[in-house]
Formats: sequence, C-alpha cells, structure tokens
Amino acid sequence: MYVAVKGGEAAILATHDLVAEARRGDEAVPEISVAQIREQQGLSCARVMNEGSLYDADLAALALKQAQGDVIEAAFLMRAYRTTLPRFGSSEPVDTARMAIRRRVSATYKDLPGGQVLGPTYDYTHRLFDFALMDDAKSVMVGLDPTISGREGRPSTAPHSAGDARVKPEHDVAPLDTHMPRVPDILGAEGLMEPETPPVGDPRPFDLTREPVSFPADRDVRLQAMARGDEGFLLGLGYSVQRGFGGNHPFVGEIRVGEVSVEFVPEELGFAVDLGDITLTECQMVNQFAGSKDVAPQFTRGYGLSFGHSERKAMSMSLVDRALKCREFGEAAEYPAQQDEFVLYHSDNVEAAGFVEHLKLPHYVDFQGELELIRRIRAEREQRLAGENEVLPEAAE
Amino acid sequence: MTTDTAQKSETTQRQRWMAVLARASRAEIAELIGPDLPRHDILKAPETGTVMVEGRAGGAGRRFNLGEATVTRCIVRLDDGAMGFSYALGRDGRKARLAAVLDARLQAEAPGAALHRAVDALADRQSAARVLASRKAAATKVDFFTLVRGA
Amino acid sequence: MATDTLIGPGFSDPVFQSQGAFRALLAALAEPGTRHVVSGAVVPPKGLHAATATALLTLADYETLIWLPAALRDGAAGAWLRFHCSAALVSDPARAAFAVIDAGSPEPALSAFDSGSDQFPDRSTTLIVQCTALEGGEAVTLTGPGIATSRVIAPAGPRAGFWAEVAANNDAYPLGIDLLLSHADAVFGLPRSTRIGEVY
Repeated sequence: MYVAVKGGEAAILATHDLVAEARRGDEAVPEISVAQIREQQGLSCARVMNEGSLYDADLAALALKQAQGDVIEAAFLMRAYRTTLPRFGSSEPVDTARMAIRRRVSATYKDLPGGQVLGPTYDYTHRLFDFALMDDAKSVMVGLDPTISGREGRPSTAPHSAGDARVKPEHDVAPLDTHMPRVPDILGAEGLMEPETPPVGDPRPFDLTREPVSFPADRDVRLQAMARGDEGFLLGLGYSVQRGFGGNHPFVGEIRVGEVSVEFVPEELGFAVDLGDITLTECQMVNQFAGSKDVAPQFTRGYGLSFGHSERKAMSMSLVDRALKCREFGEAAEYPAQQDEFVLYHSDNVEAAGFVEHLKLPHYVDFQGELELIRRIRAEREQRLAGENEVLPEAAE
Repeated sequence: MTTDTAQKSETTQRQRWMAVLARASRAEIAELIGPDLPRHDILKAPETGTVMVEGRAGGAGRRFNLGEATVTRCIVRLDDGAMGFSYALGRDGRKARLAAVLDARLQAEAPGAALHRAVDALADRQSAARVLASRKAAATKVDFFTLVRGA
Repeated sequence: MATDTLIGPGFSDPVFQSQGAFRALLAALAEPGTRHVVSGAVVPPKGLHAATATALLTLADYETLIWLPAALRDGAAGAWLRFHCSAALVSDPARAAFAVIDAGSPEPALSAFDSGSDQFPDRSTTLIVQCTALEGGEAVTLTGPGIATSRVIAPAGPRAGFWAEVAANNDAYPLGIDLLLSHADAVFGLPRSTRIGEVY
C-alpha cells in the first residue's frame, strides 16, 4: 500500500539548487552549449532520441545537458516532453532504399551493387587515446588505419601512399547512387530469402503508446517496443542469442546509415508533404533456417531500424527481432530473447528505471507494517517455544 | 475532387517547393519573403506537435511505428484568399509562419516569376550540399578482397 | 479543392477554449440530463449547432473517425472538421468514434453505431444528436448514475421510437453508445448508464 508523505519542501528546493551546481561543475571551465552537444556528442543524442522515442536533435542535446549526460534521465525528459505535444498523424512509411547513404556495409557480399561505403565508423580505428583531443587546438582526426586503407582493390587508380588514401579528395569521386538495393532483396530475387511483404490491406501499425499491449505480440508491436527500448538491454539479449541462448549466429546482410525524407499527408491538404530529412540506421541480419515440412530451407531475416547513427542499437534489435520470430517458424521459445513478453516488458528503460528507482523513495509506512509483523511473529515464536516447556495455552490471534 | 493533369502537376510543383522550404533555415525563408511581410490571416497558428514516423519490417514488409518526430505547422490566408500551408520537422514557429506565407504567394505567382526562381536557387543549393555529402561518403567506398589460403 | 473554399476559423485560444468546453462536456456526462453550455466562441459551419461544432473541435483529432449525414459530410461541415480536427470522415457508422445526427432523421438507427467490445467498451461511438430545442418536447424521466433520484428532460424533435432505442442502448450496458443532445450552444449528456422512463 502507498501512503503519501508530506514535508521536506525546503530540503527538496535545496537539492534543486545543488543539482544545478553539480551540473555546472567548476565555473572556471566554460559552460557547454546545447549546439556543442548536438554537433559534438551526436551519437549520445541519437541514443537519447531512440530511447526518448522522439526525433529532435536539439531537444536530445538539451536533455543531455540538463541530465548531466545521464542518457536514461535524458530519455525520460524527452518522453515527458513528448506527452505535452499533440500528434498530427503518422508519416508515410519511410523508404530506406532511397536513403542518402553515408555508410553502407555488408558482411555477406564483397561486391555489392552500389558499393561498400565505410562512412564515418570506429570499426577500423585503434582503441588508443587521441591525446590531441585534450588540447583546445584543432586536433587530428581519428582516421583509418593506414595499413588497411592503403590497400585498395584497384592499385592502378587508388593512391598508394597512406597519406594520400586518408585524404582522397571528394571532388574526384562520383556521388553514390540515389537508389541502393537492400541486400536481403538480392537474396530474395533468388528465392533464398524469407519474403518480406506487407500483410493484406497494408494495415496501420499497432501503437503501444496508445493501446495496451497483449501477448503474443505481433511483429509491429515488437519492433516498436525495441525501437524505443534500452540499447544495453537489447545488446545483452542480442549477445545471448549469438552465444547459444537463442540458437542464431547470423550475418550482417547490410547496415546502412544516412538521411531519408519523411512524408506526411495532412488530412486538410490531401497530398503528401515532405517534412524534411531524418538520419536513420538500418540493419538487416541474415539468419539460417533449416526449413520445415511446408517451407524449403531458406535464409530468414532480423530487422533493426533506429534514429540517428546508432549501429549497435540497430544490430541488437535485428538479432532480437529474429529471435522473437521463433513462433512464426515453429521453433521452440526456450530462451529469454525468444520470449516476447519478457523482452517487451523489460526493454523500456524509462519504465524500468522508474520501478527500480522508486525503491529509494519513502516507504516508511510499508516498512513499519513489515517491522510490526516480524516483531509479532518473533514474539509468538518465543511464546510458543516457552509454552512447550510450561504447558500453557498457545497464544492465538 | 478534380484530378485533371494540370491540377496534378500543380500539386507536384507545390510539393516540390514545400519540400525545399521544409529544409530551409528560418533566415533563408526570411530572405525569400523580403522586407515586407504580406498581410495575412492566421487560420492555424504555428503549432508544434509530432508525427509518428513509420518504418517497414525488412524495409518493405509490415508497417511499424519507429518513434515520433517533432513537427511544426502553420496555415495562413492572404488577402487575395490564397491559403498557405507549412509543415516541417523541428520546432520553429516563426519559420513555419513565414513558410506558410511563401506557400500562399508561390501559388499565386506564375511559374518563372522572380519568387519561383529564388526558390529554385535555394533548391539548387540544397541539392549541391547533398551531392557533396554523397561524394564524401563515396570517398570511403572500399573494395574488400578475400585472401585465398594456399593460392 | 475543398480546402480552397472559405473555411471559418476554429478556436482563437485553443488551450483555454478547448479545456473549458471539455469541462462542460465532462459535467454533462457526469450529471445526465442537466443543461451545460459548451461555448468556445466558435462560429459553426452550416449544419452544425455551435455546441456540436465546439464539442467536435474539442474531442476529435486525426485518430478519431467521424460519421456525418451525407449532406453534412460533403458540405461545409465536413470540410471544416477535416481542416480543424484533421479528422477523417467515414461512411460506415459502425467505424465512427464520433457521429452527428439530426434528432428527427429516420436513420441511422442508434444500434448502427459502434457499441464497443467486451474488452474495450470505452471504444464505442459518442453520438451527438442535434435537437430542435432542449425543452418543449416529450418529457422523459432519467435515472441512474449521476442522478440523485430522477430527472426529467423534454428535448424537442426526436424521431418516433427514439426513446425506445435509447432504452435498448442502456440494456446493453456496459456496452453501448454515449449520447449528447445538443441545441444552439448547450447540451444534455445521456451516457449509456442512464435509464429511461424508470422512477424509483
């Protein structure tokens, strides 16, 4: 039972002052601006947008500043703000095939139509500190390992020296194709890939922010829950799948990062309006499937899509998406990552943090009740033990 | 609703400039308007809300809700009766109002008029920025080669 | 296009006007049969009473499908609701979250609207019945939640058999539609929990 506690107002106001002081830190150090966070801590902002389930880089940066960099607290701020906004409607489904690609890699095909584009990635960096970043002066880029980037496939055209390879001037390069096929669709053309088509009538998706979730949950519900779910939780579950708690060790069919336009049809206009671009990360995971008596052996998919540049999130989501499809393929749901109720009820870090952290708030009355109960039980026990020696009637309540 | 070809292409033209204005900064839009803001009534005051962004499983399959994005809209009517709409990502109410006024004015102007040419110039700048970003990404295009053991 | 015709303005102060109207509608449904003014200083489109228009402006949005009689749907009222509420208009009454009928019109039957499901009885249609007046008609006695003993209302203009339909709607409780009887700037609430014609 919850019993309200009153008082402590002055102390609470004082803690607000103290938190402002702690947030600011040493005033001898210049204050960080929201624009600096947005531009220089973009990957953090992406995580806050995903878990706050609201695409707005400025707000994500503000949330991070206000929360002293606490990502879950920042996501909470985004969620709280979102509830104050009216919703105008739903966008047309975004078309990731028309993404303006900044990065696109495949672990399954070396020679990919449209090409492998490394883009900005930490994949090929040494995890060594760049102490130059500690200086205020403009620092050197954490670049490619020159021993790798120097080895281009076409030595006749590619520059040989490491230095040249690092600064290949962009004006010498043709822009990328505006339409790049998704890798699973290449396998799909051969019939080797589980097809991915909209259900009859292309229904509006379920929205777990508007309607209560019931189980078993359909794929649209699962994908929405994971898109706003905690990256760490999904990463752990995805890892468990790979390690044998879910029986999949898939390939990355493709990861792509870039900008897609968001289109919306206002009821009063009746035609699609292009609202601008958002950055998305998409991951297509290719998994084995032995087939069943109805279906020939084929590859199956796991899908991840997330706001901003957030590959780890999109990859984890696609691993767990495939694990959660076990029911559709008649596989046994033996492991946590395969159980939709477990995954969906525990992936939301704002809910999880709320329930875990509420434990530190006053429970004085509950605890008094427990304390009284345990004292009474102990007293009764002592009386009973004494009574076994002195044949007295047992104290009964 | 009329669906003759002329109207369709008008809609397409309008969609194009609305997309350009959605991507423009407030300063760029203010420059297009010039120093004198035409008189207008506000039918829907600039309002920030959200649009739920939908994706498709596997990129082409079942629709699902990815998450919301902030959007600001505004609807105005000029004295000549033309209605202007603005819908764009973000939370800039002033930009929304100016863009809605521009949308109304652009509908009244003949194709090739100065205002249309100015929007085209803005579109060209946006397109050049996209091409540059694409070239930068293309500069990181790589050809992996596999090493065959014992070959 | 419909949006190019002159559409009258909606709320001039959306936050306070919609909250005021919401409070009035809440009170109307909490105390069935008491008259409440739903005023948002809105000039309604042709075919809608001010209270009807204000209620829809307050309650409807892009997620709530609205059913209107065909003449209203294809006219100024439909365009006005589409513009201000971003609401989609449907032709099937069973899909509507909100609907408007004129009290005297012979159809659709109240049973044609969505009475909700056992799992989600709250997802039923809220029907606004536009009367020719809120008094001077056939007297009806109301009892039930929100009414201490009984209350008598006499809205003018309902079609023959209307009260029998309302009684049948109550029999389906907890399923059923909720009614608002409107005229000019005022409404009566008649939720599904209200019984018709019974006196303790």
